[in-house]
Parts: sequence; C-alpha cells; structure tokens
Amino acid sequence: MKLRGTLLTVLLAGAFGLCVGPFYWLAMAATQDNRDVFSWPPKLLPGGHLMENLQGLQESIGLTRVLLNTLLVAGLQTVGAVVVSVLAGYAFAKFDFRGRNLFFVLLLSTLVIPDTVMLIPIFQMMMDLGLIDSYESVILPGLVTPFGIFLMRQALRSMPDELLDAARVDGAGELRVLWRIVIPVNRPIIAALALFVFLGGWNQFVWPLIALRSPEMYTLPVATATLQGLATTNYAQVLLAGAIAAVPVMALFLVLQRQFISGLLAGATKE
Amino acid sequence: MSLAPSERAPATGAATTTATGTPAGRGTHRHPGSARRGRRRLLTPESVPYLLIMPAVLGFAIFKAYPIAASFWISLTTGNGDDRQFSGLANYRRLLDDPLFWTALKNTALILVVQVPLMLGLALLVALALNSTKVWLRPLWRLGVFVPSLTGLVAAGVMFSVILNRDAGLLNWVLSLFGVDRVNWLGSPVWARVGVVLVITWHYTGYNAVMYLAGLQGVPKELYEAAMVDGAGPVRRFFSITLPQLRPILLLTVVLSTIGTLQLFDEPYVLTGGGPDNATLTVTMYLYNNGFKYFDFGYASALAYALALIVSLLGILQVRLMGERR
Repeated sequence: MKLRGTLLTVLLAGAFGLCVGPFYWLAMAATQDNRDVFSWPPKLLPGGHLMENLQGLQESIGLTRVLLNTLLVAGLQTVGAVVVSVLAGYAFAKFDFRGRNLFFVLLLSTLVIPDTVMLIPIFQMMMDLGLIDSYESVILPGLVTPFGIFLMRQALRSMPDELLDAARVDGAGELRVLWRIVIPVNRPIIAALALFVFLGGWNQFVWPLIALRSPEMYTLPVATATLQGLATTNYAQVLLAGAIAAVPVMALFLVLQRQFISGLLAGATKE
Repeated sequence: MSLAPSERAPATGAATTTATGTPAGRGTHRHPGSARRGRRRLLTPESVPYLLIMPAVLGFAIFKAYPIAASFWISLTTGNGDDRQFSGLANYRRLLDDPLFWTALKNTALILVVQVPLMLGLALLVALALNSTKVWLRPLWRLGVFVPSLTGLVAAGVMFSVILNRDAGLLNWVLSLFGVDRVNWLGSPVWARVGVVLVITWHYTGYNAVMYLAGLQGVPKELYEAAMVDGAGPVRRFFSITLPQLRPILLLTVVLSTIGTLQLFDEPYVLTGGGPDNATLTVTMYLYNNGFKYFDFGYASALAYALALIVSLLGILQVRLMGERR
C-alpha cells in the first residue's frame, strides 16, 4: 500500500513538473537578453536584463497604460457580470414567475452557440454606435454570462427558503433580503464567480483584437500578440509580457484558492 | 416605507422598499422628484423577479439574441459593409465548394478526435491520483496542475511559440537529453498539429482534472464500502461505481471540450498563424480571416452558422449518447 502511494505521488509530481515547468522557464527567459532566449542549451537561471526588458515594453507597447486598460476592462466586467448574475440567479432560484423556465432555457441555450456567431453583428452594432475602439465596446458584451447565471442559480437553490421567509416576516424587503442574507451566505461562490469572470476578462483576446484599433487602447493580450507579429520581434520582451499577464492571475488564484475550488465544485456537483 | 396593504400578497412575502434600496437605477429611470412614488409601484411582489432578471434579459437581447438573428440575415447577403444585397443561399453554396473551408474543418475535426479523448483521459488519471488518500502533498499537486488553465491563451501561446522552437526551444532540449533528434514543431504540417494539440492539452487538462476531482469527492463512500464487502476489486469498483457516478461530469466536460475545440482560434493564431501550408487553419480562424481581414461579412457569417450547426449537432449527439438517464 505504501508503494502505491509513492507511485501516485511520483506520477503527480511529474504532472506538476509538466504543468509548472514551462512557467519557470518563462520567468527565467523574461530576464534574459533577447539573444539568450534562443541559446542552446536554454538558460535556466535568471539573467540580468529584467529592467531593460521592462523598459523596452514600456517603449514598445506602453506597458503601464496597457496594464491599466486591462485592469479597467476586467474589473468593470467582473463587477457588472457578478451583479447581473446574482440578481438573475436569485430570481431563477427563488421565485416562481411566468416565463421563468422559458427565459432560463433561452439564456442557457446561448451556451452552446459559438461566440464567433455573434462577432460580426456585435462589431457592426458597435460601429453604428461609434463605440469601436472604446472601453465600452470591450466591456459591454461580457456583462451577460449564461454560465454565471447558471452557477448562481445552482448555488442559491440550495439555500433554505425558511431563512429568506424569516427575514421577510421580520419586514425586510426583497433587496434587503438579497443584500443582508443571500449575498453574505453565498460569499464564497460569489467570490469564485468573480474570479472566473475576472480571469475571462483579463485574458480575453478575440473580441478586443477586433474592437480595439489604437495601440493606447490595447489590452495586454492584444498588445502582446501584435508585438509578436513584428519582423524584429524581441522575444525576451514578448515573454516578459506573457509573464506579466500570468503573474496577477496566479497571485489572485493563490489568495482565493479555496473559494475558487469550492465554486468549481459547487457548479460541477450540485444538481 | 412599506407597501400599501392592498398591494401586499402575503403568500409570496411582502416586498418593502427601503430608503437605500432600489435596483440601483439600472434599467429603472429615476426622476428625483417622483422617485419615491415610482419606486413604490415598481416593487410589488409580482414584479420583483422580473426586475431581478431585467439586466440579464436586456443584455441577452442585445448581445446574444439580436446578434444570433442578425448573423443569420447577414449570411444570406453579399456585399461590403452596409451595402448588402440579398443573395439567398449563395454563401452557403460557396462554402460547400470552398476547399479551404474543408481543410479548416478537417484540421478542426482532427484536433478534436485526438485532443479531447487524450486530454480527458489524462485528466481522469490525474483526478484519480489526486483523490487517493495515500498521496503526499496533495494540495501542492492540485494547485500545480490547475495553474496552466489560469493563463491566457496569448500568454501561453507566446510561451510555447518559443518552447517549441526547433533550434533552441526548451522541449527539443529536454528531448535531446533522451537522445531524441530535434523536431520541427510548428514548421512541418504534421508536427505543427501535434504542437497545437500538446499546447491545448497542457492548457486544459488540469482544469478538467479538478472538475473530475470534484465529482469523485461527491461519490458516496458507502458505495465503495458495500462493493468491497461484496469482494469487488479496484478495477471492478472503477467501472461499476466511479465511472457511472461521474457520468454527469464526464458529459459536461465532453460537451464543453467539444465546443471549445470546435471554436479553436487563439492557440493556432498565436502559435502558427494557421500554417504551415494551412495545416493548423481552424474554422474559427478562417471565419476571422474572412470577416476581419477581407471584410466579407456575409461569407464569414455563413461560416459561423455552419460552425454553430456542427457544434449543436455534436452537442445533441453527445447528450443523447451519454446522458440517457437525465
């Protein structure tokens, strides 16, 4: 039995290495001189060019502005999508109303329709509204997430009705019930949802690539991709941009790990 | 501030407006003078659920329902920008005769049948290992395998475009330690596909593993105990208990991975740009090229609808095949 534990641990350590190894290399490559990124054998220890590469990124893509853009877009999208999802999820979970199932099925059915179907009409809509190349154009389409509404409905359904009714009997209005009971009780799953949405917003690529025109509006993924397309690509800088994109996400994940995993569990197992 | 008694429906619970609480002005028009009165009538027990879903429904109408319908209309037209002519099914006919569409579809299908089973098999393996109580340092491994799925596709893409470099990439270097010759990842049609599959597998295996782990932890322990009393070995227990219990989650991951793979865009876009020789051109990438490089919206929309059709057919098929009990 001890042997089996050892074997499994070795297997998992191997999987861990395969998953995390590339990040280690990325972190090291981001501190090299451009030529040293392509040295053989690869340099697996820190080089001394981090500051230089950071400065290079600041000059080539305007790193600070691009980071702020990404943070703004992902942040606002998170707040908006969480509010929309909690409100709708609460209604779908705890109220009986005409058209409930119809609305819910319609919302969910968009999950299986590829986002690409919507790209061109949304692009035209944004053109007509004069919103192309604006923050709004990137943020707005991300506010309705069928997945988020589904997740919140699943989570809120398991709340005991007695808890809500007790508050109502005490004279609390629906919004008070939502704010004082539903949200505090479900804080972990709401945090998980927020993290999911933030991740999606921080990393989204296709739509911002289409909707944004001027380099000072770019988000980090778009800026990184355009940087890579150049003939004289400075790979140390591109890789540093990749590393910078990954760092805050992982830090956030480490901090909220427990909530994140429990959110994933809730979405996956409740039925 | 409570509602007038006549408006109150005790059965569904009384709704009360509070001084601070309205639906925060979103969707409702607030006129400073008439706010109180307006609010009072807005928040009846019957209207509360509708007010709650209103933002979602509005967003759904604008950013899902309308684009889905508009996209279909556009797919029936040809022309540039606003100057569109109705052309019936011309775009769809063109699509059937377009060798590049079939290449893209073939590439996508190939990646689908190779990558999804490979990834989900690995994920199940990792989940089973993670679920074993005999393993040391479990939280660390769980964290580690999940980390790749947090990375954006672009970050992962640029990272792997260098790792897969033929002359100086990390992967070829590691392989050389085992005496394997340098592989021209990304440079040759066959290996470019393998490379794309490797990157997607790296990216999403851990995510699926954590989903499976969640499912495994939801399997009642008594089932295993009963099976052991009956003398069922580990293999038997796996096939008779674990797999059937995991079926809903298996179905979910299969459907989600299929949808994801059919829409594959970012990885090949960043890694190979669709090359070499269109070997990694995917349907979504071809759609993107037509729509946003050549601005042929009609044809791109027809491609989008063809893709949507394939995705939904496959989805329905999978639910039929795997989800009989639901």
